[in-house]
Amino acid sequence: MTTTSRVAQTAPPAGPNNPTSAAGTVRSKSRIDPTYYWMVVPVLALFAFFITLPALVGVFFSLTNYAGYGDWKFIGLMNYVNIFKDPAVLQSYIFTFVFALTTTVVVNVVALAIALGLNAKIKWRTGIRTVFFIPMVLSALIVSFVFNYLFSNTLPVLAERFGVTPLATSILANENLAWLAIVLVTVWQAAPGATIIYLAGLQSVPSEVYEAADLDGAGSFRQFLSLTLPLILGYLVINVILGFKGFLGTYEIIVGLTGGGPGMATQSVAMRIFSGFTGGDYSYQMANAVIYFLITLLISVIQLRLIQRRGVSL
Amino acid sequence: MTASTLAASKHLTPDAPARSNRRSNREGFRINWWLTALMLAASLTVLLPLYFTVAMALKSPDQIGTGTGLAWPNPMNWDNFAAAYVATNFPRAFMSTAFVTVLSVLGSLASSSLVAYAIARNWNHRFFRGSFVYLLSAMFIPFPVIILPLIKQTALLGLDNPAGVVFLHVLGGISFNTLLYIAFVRSIPVELEESARMDGATTWQVFRKIIFPLLAPMNATVGIFAFLGSWNDFLLPQMLIADPALQTLPVVQMLFQGEFNTNYSLAFASYLMAMAPTLVVYILAQRWVLSGVMRGAVK
Repeated sequence: MTTTSRVAQTAPPAGPNNPTSAAGTVRSKSRIDPTYYWMVVPVLALFAFFITLPALVGVFFSLTNYAGYGDWKFIGLMNYVNIFKDPAVLQSYIFTFVFALTTTVVVNVVALAIALGLNAKIKWRTGIRTVFFIPMVLSALIVSFVFNYLFSNTLPVLAERFGVTPLATSILANENLAWLAIVLVTVWQAAPGATIIYLAGLQSVPSEVYEAADLDGAGSFRQFLSLTLPLILGYLVINVILGFKGFLGTYEIIVGLTGGGPGMATQSVAMRIFSGFTGGDYSYQMANAVIYFLITLLISVIQLRLIQRRGVSL
Repeated sequence: MTASTLAASKHLTPDAPARSNRRSNREGFRINWWLTALMLAASLTVLLPLYFTVAMALKSPDQIGTGTGLAWPNPMNWDNFAAAYVATNFPRAFMSTAFVTVLSVLGSLASSSLVAYAIARNWNHRFFRGSFVYLLSAMFIPFPVIILPLIKQTALLGLDNPAGVVFLHVLGGISFNTLLYIAFVRSIPVELEESARMDGATTWQVFRKIIFPLLAPMNATVGIFAFLGSWNDFLLPQMLIADPALQTLPVVQMLFQGEFNTNYSLAFASYLMAMAPTLVVYILAQRWVLSGVMRGAVK
């Protein structure tokens, strides 16, 4: 999340807090209690084995023609070359990006609206807040199963009853509309998390600021645009980037709603990669995974840049 | 800068309600009823699917028929739960999920607090700072990237079972959790430890008796995130657990997605049973859960 800002901020002043630094840097190297190593090294070893090793193995096999079983040989960058010529992969990237962008926008608008509402003077605040955060504790997959029924049975029956013919068939079976159902359920599921970050942002704005604005006669919409929004901009940046990165990896909700269909209309990049395990194109999908990794890495770098800039401006 | 951010976050975290109350007192106790009505209406978007799930779970196949499914069943059909209990072998799936969740929570608490403590207290030593940066690298490696080799690796080691999932839940969350803890450990004055050390306490004892208890608020935050992430996870159990008999609750629900399965009442009863534990715990402890999650959001 605020990875770098934390690293960047905490690096310099760590000294005074630190027992060894008081003794001077020369001694600090030799005088560390071995217990500290015992606290870190086992975790590091497990981490290297379970996270780093598979990543390296994956990169290695992306350079081979390994099918997931049997013999293999090196084929250089052939997998990568083929991926760029593969319409199915391209289609999954286009779907994933359009989906992630749309969802990010809708989630943030919805979450900000809910946060503003919860932060205002409303009755039964605790109860309403409890309700709004319920989706956060539920399994995305099961929620999608529930919505699956709503979309494919309830909605068509209702549409027929009220004479809305375009919706009389399940939108999950419609190549052009199925992705909107996925956006909707993802928003339902992801909005609470973003709302929490916005609430933290809204509560960090000192009330004196609004008092001053009240005195100046600024209306509430004006206050929102000129005061609230600029003051919580950092939280917005975090939400947008965290959300976008998360939505790029979308999987469970698609499994629960469309399974990637109709056809391959809603197949995400993650789903394509996973197909490498059963589809006999293991090394090919590993190359796809490496490309996917590079894209998320690029987004992370942008994230760090933006957050650092925010750190400076605040 | 650190001092100020820490101070700011401390100021924010504990009692969000108290703070917002102060704000609402600003213009007296005037409640915005229009907004309240709007928020109540909006909260139906959350409540309606839940109501629908309950209503469906209580219907007989005949009552579902070709209707919308929105009507409340009369009479209510409680047998669905017993049938779903048998069909999904609920106790076994529940135990498997509980096993993964409990161990993931304990593992996350223990490993990230230890790592964070060691790193925070030895920040100007290259090894510890390097370890920190290395662990953070996990934040840049999404699971889809490593999942294919991981499946093979866990299978080779005989970890294609819930225990393997525990390892990955703990290690996958370690960067974020360590990050949360480090900020908190820094706010604990070293003087507290030094007096204990003068009385002859070892580093382990200092950690167990002094640091870990002081970390309680962060333990709650990390524990909540680990619990929700683990209980509801679908990807890792689905990919890693080879024996269907050991599958967790979310994965077991796939049972009802067969093409020829039309027994929806059974399916919804099963969904409800899988969702109920987190839902009930959340509603009972919502103030505590939300303040814990809030603490994570502020960092």
